[in-house]
Amino acid sequence: MVPAAVGLALLVVPLTALVARVDPTTLWRDVTSAGAVSALVLSVQTALAATAACILLGVPLALTIARSAARTAAVLRAVVTVPLVLPPMVGGVALLFLFGRNGWLGVALEGVGIRIPFTAVAVVLAQTFVALPFLVLALEGALRGAGVRYEQAAAALGAGRWRILWRVTLPLAAPGLVAGVVLCFARALGEFGATALFAGNAPGTTQTMPLAIYTAFNGAGVSQGTAVALSLLLLVTAVAVLLLVRGWRPGTSR
Amino acid sequence: MRAGRPSLLAVGAALLLLAGCAAGSTDLDPDAAAGPGEGTSAGSELSGEVTVFAAASLKSGFDTLAEQFEQRYPSVEVRPISYDGSSTLATQIIEGAPADVFASADEATMQRVVDAGLAASPRLFATNRLTVVVPAGDPGGVTGLADLADPERTIVLCAEAVPCGAASRALLSAVGVEPSVDSNEQNVTAVLTKVATGEADAGLVYVTDAATTDDVEAVLTEGADAVVNRYPLAALDTAASPAAAAAFVDFVLSDDGRAVLTDLGFGAP
Repeated sequence: MVPAAVGLALLVVPLTALVARVDPTTLWRDVTSAGAVSALVLSVQTALAATAACILLGVPLALTIARSAARTAAVLRAVVTVPLVLPPMVGGVALLFLFGRNGWLGVALEGVGIRIPFTAVAVVLAQTFVALPFLVLALEGALRGAGVRYEQAAAALGAGRWRILWRVTLPLAAPGLVAGVVLCFARALGEFGATALFAGNAPGTTQTMPLAIYTAFNGAGVSQGTAVALSLLLLVTAVAVLLLVRGWRPGTSR
Repeated sequence: MRAGRPSLLAVGAALLLLAGCAAGSTDLDPDAAAGPGEGTSAGSELSGEVTVFAAASLKSGFDTLAEQFEQRYPSVEVRPISYDGSSTLATQIIEGAPADVFASADEATMQRVVDAGLAASPRLFATNRLTVVVPAGDPGGVTGLADLADPERTIVLCAEAVPCGAASRALLSAVGVEPSVDSNEQNVTAVLTKVATGEADAGLVYVTDAATTDDVEAVLTEGADAVVNRYPLAALDTAASPAAAAAFVDFVLSDDGRAVLTDLGFGAP
């Protein structure tokens, strides 16, 4: 009982300390300032784009892992978990060395006139890199648990592959999928290290909320009040996202 | 039908644990507790530990100074020095980080620490100037400050809250250039690294930073002499071993200490 209470307190009390430092007189002005709004809009846009990319890439990957033999699946699962245990800044450095001026893909893309570092595309890439494992692992667990019996039954009854996917497989794994998508979005929204190194920090283009908060917090005087206000804004946004997605609790019975 | 509830919960718990790494953090010395007894009476050996927070541009200088200081006072240990943007360090100190000595890259940032009641009398120990740097070979064809306004080129500067950022913007506005900035970094070393690896076409760093690596070239920067960063140094009131901290400050200000910094390109205070 006590460890549970301590665990809960560890998660909740720091947030109350943050809220306590908010300065009510300047809160509204800080939160609606041009810089804050642009950072929030950019964060939400890039996180949505990253989540979409994660769904497009993660669902097939999760299906592949879930339907593979145990050993192959174990290897694939380990590979997918690497970005989770890798410090995000290392991910950012790796992306920079791949897509940067002297990286393999960077050189190739520059030949076609595309530059990725220091753009919003880089923000989305970095967020996708760190958030994809969440979706894949959550969905894969659900898919494996769902098993193949219903799919086999549907195939025996004459359903085509796409129909099986849309009408049988994904609905069965829906709780895992929803959990994965929400985790993926939340992780993308909060990503800091990889975006800081790979996409840079330019207000309006690549300065997401976490970067804006970090920059403001390290400034003097007024900036720190702004940092607290922005943190509160991000916190409220995160809670709103969680509440909006109902039934995301893993294992919701059907 | 069970949708793998236990495995999902386990995965979810593990993922939540691992997701706590979203925010970046700078390295803090975990404990600067007082050494086993402090020598204070005149004539006895100084002992204790000294924790130094220093501006990023001071890295090679202060690493050398720390070594020499430890040779002079064998019973004093200088813990690995925390280098970062001065404003980041000042924030950490004000929020309670256990530092004994703070060396800042400008007086405004030191003033924040003084205003918080944590440092009494900072002393100037060096000055520095800015220069435009480009990757070796100058792939971006940058010849001066005016090129920093070009949106086609990738320009990296320090964030405005950091001393080198404030100085950069003061310099640019003095010559009437509106920079087209692609990234604002938290400390000058980050700017230098971006230019040195070729990811940026140009950046503004201190002349002392430009000299630390062969991967960048300094470009003649008109008007840079007018913008001078004055570096103050102070032993903090919260120092665990005040005598050792004061000795370190005195050492940096001594002729030997000044010689090390002058060799690296710092100016006299």
